[in-house]
Amino acid sequence: MLFWISTTLKVLVVVGFLAQVAALLLWVERKQSAMMQSRIGPNRATIKIGSLEIRAAGLVHSIADGIKMVWKADWEPTGGDHLLYRLAPIVAIVPALCLCAVLPFGPTVFIDHGRDLYDPAWATDAATLARSVPLQIANLDVGVLFIFAIAGAGVIGAALAGWSSDNKFSLMGGLRAASQMVSYEVAMGLSLVGAMMIYQTVRLDEMVTWQTQHVWGIFVQPVAFVLFVTAAIAETKRVPFDTPEGESELVAGYFTEYAGLKMAMFASGEFVEVCVSSALITTIFLGGWQFPFVQLTGLEFHYLGLNISWHWAHFVVVLVGFITFCLKCAFLIFMQLQVRWTLPRFRYDQIMKLGWRMLLPAALLNVLVTGTVLLFLNSGNG
Amino acid sequence: MPGKTKVLKKPTRTLADQSYLVEVVKGLGTTLKHFFQGTGQMVSGRVPNAVTDPLAEGISTLSYPEEKRAYSERWRGVHRLTHRDDGSPRCVACLCCSTACPAQCIYIKPGEYPEGDKRRGYERYPVEFVIDELRCIFCGFCVEACPCDAIRMDTGTHMTAFDVKSDFVYDKDKLMSMVSQHGTQKSENPRHEPGDSGHPGIDRLHGGH
Repeated sequence: MLFWISTTLKVLVVVGFLAQVAALLLWVERKQSAMMQSRIGPNRATIKIGSLEIRAAGLVHSIADGIKMVWKADWEPTGGDHLLYRLAPIVAIVPALCLCAVLPFGPTVFIDHGRDLYDPAWATDAATLARSVPLQIANLDVGVLFIFAIAGAGVIGAALAGWSSDNKFSLMGGLRAASQMVSYEVAMGLSLVGAMMIYQTVRLDEMVTWQTQHVWGIFVQPVAFVLFVTAAIAETKRVPFDTPEGESELVAGYFTEYAGLKMAMFASGEFVEVCVSSALITTIFLGGWQFPFVQLTGLEFHYLGLNISWHWAHFVVVLVGFITFCLKCAFLIFMQLQVRWTLPRFRYDQIMKLGWRMLLPAALLNVLVTGTVLLFLNSGNG
Repeated sequence: MPGKTKVLKKPTRTLADQSYLVEVVKGLGTTLKHFFQGTGQMVSGRVPNAVTDPLAEGISTLSYPEEKRAYSERWRGVHRLTHRDDGSPRCVACLCCSTACPAQCIYIKPGEYPEGDKRRGYERYPVEFVIDELRCIFCGFCVEACPCDAIRMDTGTHMTAFDVKSDFVYDKDKLMSMVSQHGTQKSENPRHEPGDSGHPGIDRLHGGH
């Protein structure tokens, strides 16, 4: 019973959160780019209540955009495939939402022990485990593999949209999206092999546990981190990898023929992808929900001759973990937006070259080096 | 053959350039610097005034139309008809401006002052003075042509946008209601009414030619 209630709650909270993120990120992107380019940014949309004017530093623009999107004429191209045309935005956004199902956004909550100090025995006690809520919607054994499978499905939406629109710009955009995402899927997967070898697992919660006990993944797999971040940005199809919708050559690429809410689904799908990829990078390379030097019992700092042990109640640790996860994600989203407004778009052949000739060999080399080093370390221990 | 040949060394791309990564980090550094500068100004409320200090570091957005930069003295804006001391137009309906106008956007209907007016015989006045501001090309020839400094383009304002085309046709009252950039409706140049000591006293009936 607790399982069903908690799972439903988690699904509602996470999906609801991601749905809001698109509107929020729209504002963040506009304001952040404005600050970067010495502009003020949007600040004109106003809600008037009597003499009170609410502008909320431009946040009202997101509401105004939403209202505008709803009232746009829902135009459809007369040619093309109508069923696929309507299906494509859904197929594009659902995988992005599904991805967050396996991401752990906090440590396991043991409901009966909220005020107690963490005891490792809880994790093995059947009675306590039955009254525990892991802060992760689905704790799958396949973990990372599920992510690759679902992220790969995202390309279908873009390809369908390009195909069903009956427009040559859309078709070219769909083709580009498909080939780009398939290419970077390869480098993305291979860049994680080294991390999986070190963590000895593909389960995401165990990856976080390993990083809490040892060291963050970015320190043992720095090359893989760079490769993965690059591939992840390419997967979101945003600048500098936005040739699928390059407006200077393809109008708007695969969603040229989409208007109103269908277009908004593609656009917000991109923001959800940014959010989810940030959460993924956090989980695999930045220690997930772990705040530096904080273990499940509280703050533990045993370096530089210092011996600090500051024990916290279980709920406090959970809360700190959850907030840390959100902050790390927010930082990565900020950096992704910063990259988007800093770098110019690659040419299409440059994207392909970068993917196949640089990222892929580098990822393979990373696997080789990691394997060799692990082999030496293990043989030394044995 | 001229003696010396200077061999230029071709620029080589270093490994750092080719990897692209170093330059990406440098670029991110630049944009981050600007981001924190802009955010700092925005949050602390110390945004430089774009009107008085347009070249200041940081945010330089002008919140038009609440904030406006003043145009230069010579900038040609919407026309105005200058006033005499008694508030009547300085225009004497000589038709110089409408003749000079390359866009033919000025229409003037001249009229004679009534019997007994001291200006009768000396000069005429415009019964109607109409400028179609949509036809106007803002060349300033009318201002150059005017012998009486009666038409000026020193209002410092743009043409306002209206919903109806006929609103763009400015009549005499509207043109006379316009104010110069310095707030006056008159002209700095002196003018002598008939009977003044500075007036030559020559009229059309008693002129030498």
